[in-house]
Amino acid sequence: MNITLIYWLIPSLIMFCCGVYGFITRKNMIAMLISLELMLNAVDINFVLFNRYLFPGQMEGMFFTLFAIAIAAAETALAIAIIINIFRSIKTVDVQGIDKMKF
Amino acid sequence: MESVGSIILYVIVALAMVTFSVLAVTTRKILRAATYLLFTLFAAAALYFMLGYEFLGAVQIAVYAGGIVVLFVFSILLTSKPGDNSEKLASKSKTLGLVAALAMFCTAGYAMVARFMNFVTLPEHADPDMNLIGETLMGTAQGQYLLPFEAISVLLLACIIGGVVIARKH
Repeated sequence: MNITLIYWLIPSLIMFCCGVYGFITRKNMIAMLISLELMLNAVDINFVLFNRYLFPGQMEGMFFTLFAIAIAAAETALAIAIIINIFRSIKTVDVQGIDKMKF
Repeated sequence: MESVGSIILYVIVALAMVTFSVLAVTTRKILRAATYLLFTLFAAAALYFMLGYEFLGAVQIAVYAGGIVVLFVFSILLTSKPGDNSEKLASKSKTLGLVAALAMFCTAGYAMVARFMNFVTLPEHADPDMNLIGETLMGTAQGQYLLPFEAISVLLLACIIGGVVIARKH
């Protein structure tokens, strides 16, 4: 048995779909952020896989993943700061409870 | 032909990836969701190591497992009591989520299987060494990444300032 590209693509696809499911069904904002991280991570894995299997001499996919990891870290830190600020002012992190800014 | 050891390793990593990501979105305790996310990230790091990208695997462990998951755990402990269950899902949003995820899975899975089913085994290639990675990250020639690197540093600075401004007590 050879481990070809598809054997890795399917687990990462399942990971992405879990992220989609969680992002739609979760109410807690931190849980939504966790689902978002799952999706980002699945995409990172795909970049690395295509880089290694299809273009083994180059490093574009790897560097794209590096920068994506850095941006994901920055984005998560800011999102968590916002979530904690919201919790401080209205005592909840559920998306249902946040409707002050609705027009 | 792959050795038996690498096939066993593949099965373990792929199973861990799938199981823990499913558990991370279905468990009702949010702290457990963060823990399952951590295991998923470790599985991804193991995949990077298996493909020969040691630097990337190390970055994945340091930044994701060391930084982001710790942030998640802190914010969970700040915003909810440990042991709290999230409320049961309304069946409407559950159906919507399942339909979206399954539609995504079928479409993308069909496209992937149709295109990548029976070719591309792992090509033999020397793994990029640290020297090459450093030169590519810091060089200014074509195909080198100094400008994105600097842009990321500005972004991180903006993120630090934004975090301080948002989280400051008024």
